[in-house]
Amino acid sequence: MSASIQNPPAAKTRSGALMEWVHARAPRLRRFTKEHLTEYYAPKNFNFWYYFGSLAMLVLVLQIVTGIFLTMNYKPSATEAFASVEYIMRDVDWGWLIRYMHSTGASAFFIVVYLHMFRGLLYGSHKNPRELVWIFGMLIYLCLMAEAFMGYLLPWGNMSYWGAQVIVSLFGAIPGIGEALVEWIRGDYYISDITLNRFFALHVIALPIALLGLVVAHLLALHEVGSNNPDGIDIKKVKGPDGHPVDGIPFHPYYTVKDLVGVVVFAALFASVVFFAPEMGGYFLEHANFEVADPLKTPEHIAPVWYFTPFYAILRAVPNKLLGVALMGLAVVSFFFLPWLDRSKVRSVRYRGWLYKGFLTAFAISFIALGYLGLMPATPAYTNAARIFAVIYFLFFFLMPWYTRIDQTKPVPDRVTYHAH
Amino acid sequence: MSSDAEAIDGGRRHFLLVATTVTGLAGAALTAVPFLASWKPSARAQALGAPVDADISKIEAGSFIKVNWRGQAVYIVRRTPEMIAKLKTPEVTGNLRDPESNESEQPAYAKNDVRALKPEFLVLLGVCTHLGCAPMGRFQPQDAELGATWPGGFYCPCHGSKFDLAGRVFKDVPAPLNLRIPPYRFLNDGVVQIGADTGAAA
Repeated sequence: MSASIQNPPAAKTRSGALMEWVHARAPRLRRFTKEHLTEYYAPKNFNFWYYFGSLAMLVLVLQIVTGIFLTMNYKPSATEAFASVEYIMRDVDWGWLIRYMHSTGASAFFIVVYLHMFRGLLYGSHKNPRELVWIFGMLIYLCLMAEAFMGYLLPWGNMSYWGAQVIVSLFGAIPGIGEALVEWIRGDYYISDITLNRFFALHVIALPIALLGLVVAHLLALHEVGSNNPDGIDIKKVKGPDGHPVDGIPFHPYYTVKDLVGVVVFAALFASVVFFAPEMGGYFLEHANFEVADPLKTPEHIAPVWYFTPFYAILRAVPNKLLGVALMGLAVVSFFFLPWLDRSKVRSVRYRGWLYKGFLTAFAISFIALGYLGLMPATPAYTNAARIFAVIYFLFFFLMPWYTRIDQTKPVPDRVTYHAH
Repeated sequence: MSSDAEAIDGGRRHFLLVATTVTGLAGAALTAVPFLASWKPSARAQALGAPVDADISKIEAGSFIKVNWRGQAVYIVRRTPEMIAKLKTPEVTGNLRDPESNESEQPAYAKNDVRALKPEFLVLLGVCTHLGCAPMGRFQPQDAELGATWPGGFYCPCHGSKFDLAGRVFKDVPAPLNLRIPPYRFLNDGVVQIGADTGAAA
């Protein structure tokens, strides 16, 4: 017998013996479980807003599983794609359920991710020392946008087609190389079978792998510095005699159980949409997409799915192609700089002054308003409204170094606010 | 072992590090070329971009047809004399971004005030120069949605860009340039060929 593997002490049960056998050969496994679950000390004052991280992971798993099953019947070709989706909906046993779970999952993903990001803005989760956590999170968001966009082309409906046409054409605004770049992305002179096939490859292989890698990086970076909390307090400053934070509790079992409650509520809401309103009145699945792609006919009213409309409204509000595309990109990229734009001494909104609260409220309202306007036709009145909200949106970022510095903050306590139940 | 043998030659290490890194990166870049180049339009995609013929004899004056060329819509409008006359009025030319088509894309024979070989027939790509949607024909002046000053032309439903009946873009809309005009020629009075113009000026 090898000298490096010690025979484990006799365990009482067979399964216990098996675990001992495994741990003797993979000692890091136990350490990993401790570091990330049973001895990962998370602040004990997590509230409602802390459900959305674990829910995002749940939706990711849901999308991967339903996606794998969809690929078993889907055909990524311009002549067959639309019919193969109809086939899944009508002829494959439970195919409709798997597809509706996937399409509803896409919208659910963005709902939980937007709430997760807003939580960050509320409690200053982007601030020192969690900059890397924030950056990885933003990369996940970018990846998710690409994933959603490419997935939307796959049913080969008319809205899929023209949505892809518009978004791919955005790259044409880049001076000099724009047109050549667009042709390279499409692999053809128009959105064709070739484009569909490559988007399929990216959607089912390349981006999911990148997404999983980024999620691992996001969590490792988080567990290195520890979770923030609604008070924005560093719980590692006050430790008990056992060396663990007094205001921290092991993630497992305390937060796994709490998150499980969130999962049940989420599953109930998710199922209600899947079974009773899978199209969500045209917001989750757009009506124009029930018609096969027609390269000669743009739908009368073209709009992206709701999760892209805030940025789409900004694009439309600018009467200049390059500037419109640039501002749309900036609206997304601005989030990356948040950790350095925010000069406040405190993290949580609970101890910030009215300036940050005011700007954050105005920003949230603008984001929702732009999302609404992006769904509406581009009439002059709506366009002007979009311009006003776009200005507010950008002022939130541009003026942040100023208003976060002069804001009247309140003193932050040493211990978290917590009321025992 | 002598101490000499254990001494670290920093200069040599640095040289080897730089040399292997540069060689490795060059190799990686060269390896990337085939993968990136595989995304270009394939030989088959290029071959499918052949010219197409369109029968224009049956187009009614004041209406248009759509022809599929390279997967894109080509619009052929049969303009009425009133439509052609209107193109030259200041109420249209005064509101255009590029009235002379100096920055826009068209064959030399279509770079005139009607943007066509024959004033009666307008041939252009139905692809908005903003983000590639298909503009709609809104030929009636004073359109209910587009306002009392609307002279008639094309309207893009995606982002509200407006063009006149020669495909010239109006000011204050997102599209930067006039609608593009493909190469074309008249094979005879009733047939126009799109995608080829050798021996043009019919």
